[in-house]
Formats: sequence, C-alpha cells, structure tokens
Amino acid sequence: MNVFKQAKIAGLAAVLAVLAGCAGQVNQGGVDGAAGVDGSVTGAASDSASAFSAAEIAEFKASAMAADTLFFFEFDKSDLKPEALDDLDAHAKFLSADRNAKVRLEGHADERGTRAYNLALGERRANAVARYLVIQGVNRTQIETISYGEERPLSLTRDESGWERNRRVELIYQ
Amino acid sequence: MRYLVWCVLAWILATPARAELVIEITRGIENPIKIAVVPFRVQAGGLLDVDVARLIESNLERSGQFMRVDRGNMLSLPGPTDQVFYRDWRAIDAEYTVVGGISRVGGQLQVTYGLHDVYGERVLFTEQIPGSEDTLRDIGHFISDRIYEALTGIKGIFSTRLLYVSAERRSEKDQTFKLILSDADGGRPRTIFQSSEPILSPAWSPDGSRVAYMSFRGKRAGIYVQTLATGEVQQVTAFPGLNSAPKFSPDGRKLVLTLSKDGNPEIYVANLRTGELDRMTNHFAIDTEASWSPDGRSILFTSSRGGKPQLYLMNVADKSVRRVTFDGDYNSNGAFTPDGESIVFVHRTNERFHIARMNINTREMRILTETDLDESPSVAPNGTMLIYATSDEERGLLGLVSMDGRVRVRLPSVSESVREPAWSPFFN
Repeated sequence: MNVFKQAKIAGLAAVLAVLAGCAGQVNQGGVDGAAGVDGSVTGAASDSASAFSAAEIAEFKASAMAADTLFFFEFDKSDLKPEALDDLDAHAKFLSADRNAKVRLEGHADERGTRAYNLALGERRANAVARYLVIQGVNRTQIETISYGEERPLSLTRDESGWERNRRVELIYQ
Repeated sequence: MRYLVWCVLAWILATPARAELVIEITRGIENPIKIAVVPFRVQAGGLLDVDVARLIESNLERSGQFMRVDRGNMLSLPGPTDQVFYRDWRAIDAEYTVVGGISRVGGQLQVTYGLHDVYGERVLFTEQIPGSEDTLRDIGHFISDRIYEALTGIKGIFSTRLLYVSAERRSEKDQTFKLILSDADGGRPRTIFQSSEPILSPAWSPDGSRVAYMSFRGKRAGIYVQTLATGEVQQVTAFPGLNSAPKFSPDGRKLVLTLSKDGNPEIYVANLRTGELDRMTNHFAIDTEASWSPDGRSILFTSSRGGKPQLYLMNVADKSVRRVTFDGDYNSNGAFTPDGESIVFVHRTNERFHIARMNINTREMRILTETDLDESPSVAPNGTMLIYATSDEERGLLGLVSMDGRVRVRLPSVSESVREPAWSPFFN
C-alpha cells in the first residue's frame, strides 16, 4: 500500500512537471495529450460509450459518493496533498466510467493576502484537481471549474485552524 | 508623549443605512491646527437634517491635521454677521474660528460663512453659497475643502466619494454582497449593485462618471462597467476562468485586467470602445492586480513568477518587465501615488499583512499600518492619505492612514462587514 502510494505520488509529480511545461494549453489541447500520459485509461477517455457494466458503474458511484469532496492545500500553494489522491481516484473512476456524470470544482483561498491574487490562487487549485482527474481518464468536458478566492470561507476562525479549512477545492456533482 | 493621541467617536448624521461607516480617529499628528466651528445659525424656518458645522469639524478632524474645539467650551456663539471677539477664542486655544448661518431666500437656502484667524485678529474670507436641503451635505463638504486648502495649501478631498463592498453572511453559500457608493466621510451610502455572488475590485474611471468591478452573472465571473448617472451596465469580459482586477487607464479609454482564458492568469488591456484585447503577459505563474502609472506608460502588477507574489513594473510600449519589490516574501496589489513617485501595496512581515509605501526610484520603504490582514490600498486624489481594508476579530472594516503613517483613522461599518474600498478622483 505504501509503495503503491509512493509510486502514485512520483507519477503525479512527473505528470505535473510535464503539464507545467505546456501549461498554456492544458485547458483545451492538453486534455487528450494528458490523458495519454497514463496508458491504462487512454481507451476509456476517448470512448463515449462506457466499457463498464451497469453494476460496475454503480459500484464506482457508491465509492465516489463515499469519498471525500474537500481537498486542502498549503498557504500560497496549489499542489495536491498525497492524502487527497485515493479519494480523487474514486471520483475519477466513476467519472471515467460514466461519461454523463459531471462535476464542478470550486477553488478557494484563506483570507490572508490580497483578494484578486487569492482569486487566481483558487483557480489554480481547482485546475490542479481538474488536471489530476483528466490524467486519471476523466474528460475535461465533464469538469467545470470556478474560483471564489477568499470570498466563501468555510471557517471564520482567524488562525491556522480556520485558514487550513478554507484553502480548499470543493468537488460537487452536478 | 510622542504622538498626540485622542479618541473621538463621531456619528455621521445622515440617512441611516445599515452599511454606513463610523469615524474613529486613533492617532493624529503632534500639533494639529485647533479650529472652532461655531454651530451655524439657522434661520430657515424649521430644523434642518444636516448640522453643517458638525460636518465641517468632523471632516477637518478626520484629516488628522486639525483638532476641533468642543462646542461646550465656546464662550460665545456668533452668527455670520455678528462681531467675533478674538479674546473669546484665544481663551480656549482656538487658532481659527468658522462662523456661519443658513437662511431661506425665496425657495432656496443660502449658506453664509467666514473663516477667522484668531491670533491675526482678521477675517481670512467669507462666502455665500446657494443650495437646498438636498445639497446641504455637499455644501458642508465644499466649505471643508475651502478651509482645508486655505490653511494647509493642499486641495481638500471632502467632496470626493468612496466605493466599497459590504458582505452580509448567513452561511458559506448564503451571502449578500453590495457595492456601495458614499460620501468621503461615509455619509449618504447607497447600494449601486447587489448580488448573492461575490463583488470584487471596484475601480473608478478617471473622470468619476463610471465604475468597473468584477461580479458573477449566473455562475460565471465577468468584468462590468457601470455608468453612475444612468445605472447602465456594460459587460467588458466574461470569458471562461478568471475575469478580475479591472483598472481604468488614465485616459479612461481602456481597462487593464486579468483573464485566464488561455490557461493561466495573465494581464490584458481591453479597449472599451472596440472591445479589442491586448495580452500583456505570458507566463505560467499568476499575473494579476495590474494598475497604471499616472502617465499611462507603465503597468504595475503582482506576479508569482519568482515563486512568491512580488510586484513587477511593465513598460507598456515594449512589454518589458522588471521586478520592483525585493523586501519580504509577499508583496501584492500595488498602486501608484498621484505624483507617480511612490507605490503603495500589501506587504507581509512577521506573518502579518500591512500596507506599505515605497519610493519607486530610491526603493525606500515604509510600513504605514499596524493592523493585520490589511489589503486593497486606495490613495486619495490629493495624495495625503489612503483608504484600505482591514479586520478586527469579527469582521472587515476600513481604515485611513496618512502617507507618512502618522495619522490613523478607523471606519467600521455600523453593522456589516466592509472591504475593497476605492477612493474617487476629484470631481471639480
């Protein structure tokens, strides 16, 4: 399990490095290329008809609905934390299996720093989650991203215990 | 005592509104000018809503350069045509005295006032201003500007306006945001746009007739320009991704703003007439919070291209960029002072966020504020003060600070959380 997780983190780091190099195209042209990075999901990503049975999809859906929908970040950072990956994988599995499923990613920041900068930071966080899902086989068209910056805090506590709850991406099924 | 410290709580008398601002002066200069503003003698048939003398003394005191003489200490209360006995004012340490009256001439009000130099024992000037009940606050601000300029040599800012955003929160996803326009003292607040989604970055056009801001229509962000006189709204951009941080060019024809439609937050210049977009930056880092130099030749912006947010200056002609802040690991949301020689911005030091000012040539920096979570500095058009957003334990509030950091004033709202202040240009 540990080895598996480490391998996944290494893989994520490599993919993010690749994406950073072509960050300008990630939203449009980058989608297909990024999906191709992970060979195992390429087939599913390009197929509109699902390769999975209804029972399998229902099983993926159940896991996705049980998985976390809040993903947290460090101050002024948009790197995914290792503990987010298992839950994101569950969402990705369901979204790749059911192309009709759609998700909305809302990026948020804590109140420290300036509002317009935090709006940009919230978008980068939402995009970081979107990229990871795409790499796992989700179509970019299934994902909608939006940033609220620091305007919609979960916690009003003005110390790190509140701020760490607010630096987040919320994944919401549509 | 190094600084003269006094605490005044002046409730501004005007139309009551929930998001109205209150003035609390927390620190002033060492030797403020002591001025006695005698209650204006009202012969207008009935009571008036505005106490013009109170408005003037509050305005002058808020600049930090004046201190009022309390009405209760005044030995005489002369009207505009009465003789002023200077010994009465010397006895209570007033350096200057303002006397005035309001009378009704036909259907109109006439405000008459004079400024007296107590130690010189002479009238500096007198003036008559026609008006009405509706323009009494404007007249009070106008008189404040006259007195301020006569005694300091600097153009007053009391007739200018403020824009700010108020937020009322019931839960994370149930909030009401309002864009509010008020007098410079927080009086006469009125809501010019309201939304259940966030409103950010209000900015004035250089002639004060229009405002630009970011808001959401549906679930998508956009940049909008609203004409104040008509309420007419123009959508400038509403691309997928960020549409944020608009600022008018000094000629009023363009907006510099942030869009992420091409993948990353980049600075663009939008021509308001043709709709044409000119991309100014091209970097995978965050580029945002752009603003113009007063001559329109440079754009100051925040970028994380060095790993942490810092301020950069772009030459608009060739789009070349140089970094301008090096002190600290968080410098953002910069703006030029009206003389173009300094910039003000948000600076993090010891884990706290303050407003700082830096000379753009000498790089000499000074931290102006002592509160925390300070942001959104907006400089008054005469360059003497700036307004900024800060927080106490519970909610956002606005603060004023002089450009040398010596005068500090808190402007909490009566009931709501307020932020994103923008100081208007001069209207005259």
